[in-house]
Amino acid sequence: MSSETKQILTTDGIPLEVSLKKAEKKNKIKAFLLVAPLLLFLFITYVFPIGEMFTRSVDDKMITNMLPKTFKAMEKWDGKELPPEEVFAGFYSDYKVLIENQTQGKLGQRLNKEKNGFNSITKKLMRQIKRNKIDETQSIKKQIMKVHKRWRDVEYWQAIKRTAPPYTMAKYLKGMDMYFAADGSIAQVDEDRRIHRILWLRTLEIALFVTIFCFLMGYPIAHLLATLPMKYSNLLMICVLLPFWTSLLVRTASWMILLQQQGVVNDFFVMIGLVGDDNRPEMMYNKVGTYVAMTQILLPFMVLPLYSVMKTISPSLMRAGKSLGGTPFVAFWKVYFPLTIPGIGAGCLLVFILAIGYYITPALVGGASGTLISNQIAYHMKTTLDWSFASAMGLMLLSGVLVIYWIYNKLVGVDNIKLG
Amino acid sequence: MSKNPEFVKFDKVDKSYDGKVLVVKDLQLDIAEGEFITMLGPSGSGKTTCLMMLAGFETPTNGEILLDGNIISNIPPHKRGIGMVFQNYALFPHMTVYENLAFPLRVRKIEKDEIDKKVDKALSMVSLNGFETRMPGQLSGGQQQRVAVARALVFDPAVVLMDEPLGALDKNLRESMQYEIKHIHESIGVTVVYVTHDQSEALTMSNRIAVFNDGKVQQLSSPAELYEKPVNSFVAEFIGENNTFNGEVSDISGDECKVKLPNAEILSNAISVKSKGEKTTVSLRPERALIEPTEKMDNLFSGKIEEVIYHGDHTRVRVNLLGNPEFILKVPNSTSNLELKVSQEIKIGWNSYDARALDPK
Repeated sequence: MSSETKQILTTDGIPLEVSLKKAEKKNKIKAFLLVAPLLLFLFITYVFPIGEMFTRSVDDKMITNMLPKTFKAMEKWDGKELPPEEVFAGFYSDYKVLIENQTQGKLGQRLNKEKNGFNSITKKLMRQIKRNKIDETQSIKKQIMKVHKRWRDVEYWQAIKRTAPPYTMAKYLKGMDMYFAADGSIAQVDEDRRIHRILWLRTLEIALFVTIFCFLMGYPIAHLLATLPMKYSNLLMICVLLPFWTSLLVRTASWMILLQQQGVVNDFFVMIGLVGDDNRPEMMYNKVGTYVAMTQILLPFMVLPLYSVMKTISPSLMRAGKSLGGTPFVAFWKVYFPLTIPGIGAGCLLVFILAIGYYITPALVGGASGTLISNQIAYHMKTTLDWSFASAMGLMLLSGVLVIYWIYNKLVGVDNIKLG
Repeated sequence: MSKNPEFVKFDKVDKSYDGKVLVVKDLQLDIAEGEFITMLGPSGSGKTTCLMMLAGFETPTNGEILLDGNIISNIPPHKRGIGMVFQNYALFPHMTVYENLAFPLRVRKIEKDEIDKKVDKALSMVSLNGFETRMPGQLSGGQQQRVAVARALVFDPAVVLMDEPLGALDKNLRESMQYEIKHIHESIGVTVVYVTHDQSEALTMSNRIAVFNDGKVQQLSSPAELYEKPVNSFVAEFIGENNTFNGEVSDISGDECKVKLPNAEILSNAISVKSKGEKTTVSLRPERALIEPTEKMDNLFSGKIEEVIYHGDHTRVRVNLLGNPEFILKVPNSTSNLELKVSQEIKIGWNSYDARALDPK
């Protein structure tokens, strides 16, 4: 075959392929220029911040820059017994520079995070240095060891050595309630302090249930929307979209009015005698409140993809199913339902991913038992100012979403997703 | 085996969707077992509504529908055992051809071997063997249509309904499918109720045709009778081509009547006129009028040729005759030694038997 195919030339004698490429080139450039602003926008608002977040989450350069001589001296130390004189000397000269620059406090804090007790002994050492109590002509090791007994403890020097690499996974471990133990292995924190794991599981649980609730409520609505005559379906569509046009905060606040103990729903329950006046159930500041408010808020994200898929399913298919002898249920289950799977996939994925990172609603109506991992991230962003930890958890959340996306792709196939 | 002449019976069926307008009015229709009956009519005439009532997707507002002597008005569609071919095929897009055909058998809990046999038989009936694993999306329109027909027949229903099944196909394919469906019907003898608005389709395929207009059956008869002997002006107009003269009955004796036109009087066959002075529309098929007739005909007039249109196998001549400028004549090409030119005066004759005096338009 290949021997027969000659290179086809245009009338000008240029090979056809070359000529075609030339002709297409202009269009390609034009097309690229059209999307270039979007590409740039995506890069600035998406790729760059995520990259920044990643470097921040693993960055541990601060301490590396603070103690250059110490870490250099430590390279030869095996870390089993107390370090030799050079390490002490290196640490002393590094620390003196820090005191001159008045940044010694940051070192104390950072080391204290690595191992409790560093803060006080570094302060004590600082006072000694400021009073010129350290004689540089004599053994620095002996003098530092005299400052506090913890300076004689090898574990504290091991802790310093652990901070040597400029990058650390410590924040990620912390996000999973784990830490680097003294010997460098990964250990779990005490059982009563494992708060993050609870939050992760709760986030998954709430996202899962909100997705299920949204699906159960959204499917019939979408079906109704797709099959009702135009004049009714338009009205219903407005009802579905109305929450979209209302501020998230307003909607959450209205749920607070409805769900609180002296709220409308409870009043109604008391009025119809479902519960006693002195025994009103708590429907807010717990998981119930989060479920109710989040389901309502995320419902349109389930309804719209489902609706757009159902709209394309010809009603004659259900009729065909019935006329061929299928009961209405069989016709629905074997014919209609399989055809809506792309919409179900899109809706569930959308709701789940949105729910997993939800923030305002759980913060307002969730209370202590209804807050999610995103509230914890916000807490570290705003209150403890531990941005690297917040970044690490944000990235963990992102990779969680990617994993779910991957699983979904394996199970259903992303090509099957239909958003409209 | 004697055939039941009232296998399907519409008994005084009314249907209204909004409580104001009757879409189907007092429908009385008997369909014999094994018959191929076509409901023909313009859109909005109620024919599809009748089909949907028979299939069970619409309920009659009044009256009963009987299938083999049993009232089925209250039986849900899936228990009626009626096969249906839909306008856009309605093949299940997520199932293969085999699964589509097996669907009605599986819901009937038929064994796998039996299903395989029946599917194979149905596919060979529409000459689609070897297409079992294809998805409907991979088939051409004609093939999808065949699958839809096979699916409606695979579970041996007593009645098969077809709702404009060929509407989406191109002309050639439509014609060959018409013959194919007709042959399938002849070979398995199933009762077919076919809905279409295409009169040539109805004429080629049916045993009987029910012409619908305005929610009523205007005429129910064989294709030949429908064409040759329309009972009213609507049917005459709707089926085939038709030349009309509007006039007044000036004399009537038995089957014959004289109709007075503004400038002439023609002899006609009195169909729906009873007495002198009645207004009437006389209907005449174009091929029944001859140019320069050699034999004696009891109507003979002359007119001026307005237009000559060449159609390949025949030539159409538009003549201004007796005040009707739209009078059409069909001249077969074999006799075209006639010189036909625009503004030529020609003599046109026809037998009074072929000119049917119907209700006024």
